[in-house]
Amino acid sequence: MKSCRTLISWLIASVFILTIPGMSLAGYDYIDITQPYLRKLPIAVPFFKKISTGNDADQLSRTLSDLLSETLDFTGYFKILNREAFLANPQTDAGFANVIFHDWTSIGAELLVTGGILVKDNLLEIELRLYDTFKEKLLVGKRYKGGISDQRRIIRRFCSDVIYSLTGDRGIFDTEIAFVSTSSGTKEIYICEFDGYNIRRVTYTKSITLTPAWSSDGQWIAYTSYARGKPDLYIKHLKEKRGTVVSKKGINITPAWRPNQFDLAATLSFSGDPEIYLLTGTGKVIKRLTNNKGIDVSPAWSPDGKHMAFVSKRSGTPQIYIKNLASGQVKRLTFQGRYNTQPSWSPKGDKIAYASMEGGLNNIFVINTDGQNPIQLTHNEGDNESPSWSPDGNLIVFSSTREGPYRIYVMTGYGTDQRRLLTLKGQQTQPKWSPKMTRK
Amino acid sequence: MRNKLWIILTLAFIVPGLLFTVSCAKKAVKDDAALAQQAQDEEAKAAKAAAEKARQEELARQQAMEEQQLKEESTLKQEARDMFLNDDIHFEFDSSTLTSGAQLTLKKKAEWLQNNPDAASTIEGHCDERGTSEYNLALGDRRANSAKAFLVDLGISASRLTTISYGEERPEDPGHNEESWAKNRRCHFTIK
Repeated sequence: MKSCRTLISWLIASVFILTIPGMSLAGYDYIDITQPYLRKLPIAVPFFKKISTGNDADQLSRTLSDLLSETLDFTGYFKILNREAFLANPQTDAGFANVIFHDWTSIGAELLVTGGILVKDNLLEIELRLYDTFKEKLLVGKRYKGGISDQRRIIRRFCSDVIYSLTGDRGIFDTEIAFVSTSSGTKEIYICEFDGYNIRRVTYTKSITLTPAWSSDGQWIAYTSYARGKPDLYIKHLKEKRGTVVSKKGINITPAWRPNQFDLAATLSFSGDPEIYLLTGTGKVIKRLTNNKGIDVSPAWSPDGKHMAFVSKRSGTPQIYIKNLASGQVKRLTFQGRYNTQPSWSPKGDKIAYASMEGGLNNIFVINTDGQNPIQLTHNEGDNESPSWSPDGNLIVFSSTREGPYRIYVMTGYGTDQRRLLTLKGQQTQPKWSPKMTRK
Repeated sequence: MRNKLWIILTLAFIVPGLLFTVSCAKKAVKDDAALAQQAQDEEAKAAKAAAEKARQEELARQQAMEEQQLKEESTLKQEARDMFLNDDIHFEFDSSTLTSGAQLTLKKKAEWLQNNPDAASTIEGHCDERGTSEYNLALGDRRANSAKAFLVDLGISASRLTTISYGEERPEDPGHNEESWAKNRRCHFTIK
């Protein structure tokens, strides 16, 4: 019985109910991806129409349409319209299949999501549609079948299709965020889904455990822990009991996986001085990447793996530098401010986010990779650290003391829509957004 | 015949009686001599005991003096050890350069290490909470290594010195002001 249900839950059928002609790259002009947050797209998400009767359908009609709204809202692209202004009754046919577009354009909705929901014996069948109300056109139409427990996955998958039809990118709905939390009394690593749901603990070191870093296939995580009494580098497979520990003399810190490779850069000080090295995924030193007396730390790879940003004190204060791996050339990126650390290279390749400290407090900045145009994204709201880009390059996750203890927040790459990701006991720091995962 | 019997009987009583008398007299003489000898022995013994007692007292006095001296020495040793453990060296913000005060403290630590050739030490590098934790781990490493290099230059074998960086993870003072930060920018020394 259980295996049968598991089988069903894995067999979420997603079927195109209508082929959509003309869906090509030309369809991606809804959201100007160079300035996506200047004008948010007004979208209406009425409660889903109940196709079956009963309490389950009644409740799911509301909770799932809410979940869909929240999930779309998370991207920062949309203005979710208030349901009280809606003219159409979602429980009539006009609320689902036979849409009267004027009902929606007259309240300012440019996009509309309707849904029909059928619940039977713990099985869920949902049909979801995305319309362009002005063009009076169906953009996405899908039907999903699964267990009740698959509801979040179904909604995320549809949202992924919505974002794909509007931007040409699948978005972040299958991603996760790793972070450090003191909930258990010591610093340990935790992972949650992109929207803060489904928090789970990854390490049980009862020690100081820091700086999680995802491999580009999302299968491995590297971090530093004092589990054996000193700062060692742990490389761990997230599902299987595999991994290794790099435990050289001195510090073994700040891992950063090279995109699409099973190797990673990390800072080791066995030579007596913190330098960045390239290591295999099994923890063997391949080569040394920096050569400078003094601090070199915090490597961050360009998406093509050809350049590495890092922090160095070679000019007297901590600043961000970029090394061209092929030529060996190093150039300084940041000149504004006296303490610039924690570089994170945008997956789009054109920007680097970092933390800049003034008066003892950090704020998040982004700068073009040519060193032009540093822009401050957080202002006058406590200490703001550890920026990490979402894999679609649209959002930045970071930690902040704006509400007291360190907690995890998300904002767009332009600094808009700043909000808390989750609430958990203790303090949360050092968030790291996962790469895009293969669909589960 | 009858008279002969009486004589024999009488003799039978007298002779053992005489014999008894003789033996008694002899014994008394012997006891007197033993007593005299005993008295003499006891006198010697007492003299000997007195001498021994005096010697013991002298020994105890010497031992007490030695103990006192040892105690004073061990107090000094303990104080030196405590100073080695408790006197942290401090740094300027974002700096691993040894201040003149830090150098003075390190010289005392080198002296202690020279006086205690079997001791090995771990040097912990710490930072204040400002700045970012990754950079501070590297800075703490630099601080511990600066202190180590200074001690090695003063003749302490590098093999007796281990470094560990705690970055900003283990502040000495939990405050959020310059006074606390100054305390937290430090190297702390432990003995293995």
